[in-house]
Amino acid sequence: MKPAPFVYRRPASVREALDLLATTPDAKLLAGGQSLLPLLNLRLATPPVIVDMGRLGGALDEIRADGGELVIGAAVRTARLERDPLVREHAPLLAVAASHVGHPAIRNRGTLGGTVAHADPAAELPAALRALDAGIVVAGLGGERRVAADEFFLGPLTPALGAAEMVTAVRVPVARPEDRFGFAELARRAGDYAYAGAAVRLALAGGVLRGVRIALLAAGPTPLLARVAMAALEGQAPAGGRLAEAAMLAAERDCDPAGDLHASSQYRREAVGLVTRRALDEALPGYAAGGPS
Amino acid sequence: MSDRVAVRLSVNGVPREAEVPARLLLSDFLRDHLGLTGTHVGCEHGVCGACTVLVDGASARACLVLAAQADGTEVTTIEGLARDGAPHPVQRAFERHFALQCGFCTPGMIMAAVELLARDPDPSDDAIRTALGGNVCRCTGYLPIVAAIRAAAKPA
Repeated sequence: MKPAPFVYRRPASVREALDLLATTPDAKLLAGGQSLLPLLNLRLATPPVIVDMGRLGGALDEIRADGGELVIGAAVRTARLERDPLVREHAPLLAVAASHVGHPAIRNRGTLGGTVAHADPAAELPAALRALDAGIVVAGLGGERRVAADEFFLGPLTPALGAAEMVTAVRVPVARPEDRFGFAELARRAGDYAYAGAAVRLALAGGVLRGVRIALLAAGPTPLLARVAMAALEGQAPAGGRLAEAAMLAAERDCDPAGDLHASSQYRREAVGLVTRRALDEALPGYAAGGPS
Repeated sequence: MSDRVAVRLSVNGVPREAEVPARLLLSDFLRDHLGLTGTHVGCEHGVCGACTVLVDGASARACLVLAAQADGTEVTTIEGLARDGAPHPVQRAFERHFALQCGFCTPGMIMAAVELLARDPDPSDDAIRTALGGNVCRCTGYLPIVAAIRAAAKPA
């Protein structure tokens, strides 16, 4: 099917885009279009005004190191996240998570800012950003504010964004030598939305796990932190039995997935355990022993 | 504010200019406005890959791009692959390996394969399957498609 008619504007600056959002009720931002265009084509969304971000350029296309953070512009395409040397070196979890998004044609067009603002609980990058304790840079007419990834995803497709605000960048702590990362998701076919996924960041220092963060995707109304599982590992020495226990806690205590057409709630819960275990194993190769993988 | 927009782009090396409805999809612009019907429309929501084209050399689902967004870009469709009337090596390989039956998925498959081989001239079978994973075929069972792409990567 085809989109319903809309008025189309293509501002040349972030300021102009924000002015349009502020003065136009029900305007919708268009970034890569890989989430919005399906909704328009199926007429699940019929915004009267589309504001195309494609020409905003400048800082929105940049990836740069700034202090202890990697700053990634909102317009950076998912495919670029997969391959960019700065991302691969300083935020490898983002590069890996990006490689799991859809298919190449989707990754070539979809943007980091777009998937963050779309706030789909089954999306890979929002979960990776929670695992990394990233900051989302939000621009409004009054200036910029920073929202922790932990506070940005309020509900399904519900970001912490005002009507006249837009995501302009994401700031990710640069990986330290002791940091380890893992990512796993389970989907019926490659590229389908996942039944469950897990993004892990932890530090291994002095034989002990620190700063353990496990973020789950497709396990609830937002990307979730598996706090019980994380607490079970924090300050502990890594060992296969502990990893298996953490995976079980993530599945049994840290989520309450709803069943749907694609999978029952019990199946999704088991999938959460499986992907958590796989992601932990990837972060801690050589410590796996026992338990399903 | 208007719901028509001027677009200027290059399609298969030919500059094109038009004024189109803002809501016009690139797939429909190529097919209906330019008569380039090699780009097929399957699902119109980005799942089947039949409409895959190259935008500035990168694969894209033409049903998920507004024609307006393609302003200023170079679009390559299946019609743009032949050189001086000679089929592209990937097209020849698809013919030789019986990699099409009804042909509906074929242009999208070939464009995705062209992108893959430009980036990875000697892909493993796994890499071929992963790269083409977003293109659905109902006829062939995929094996001859993978064989054709493998053959195009390493010409005999």
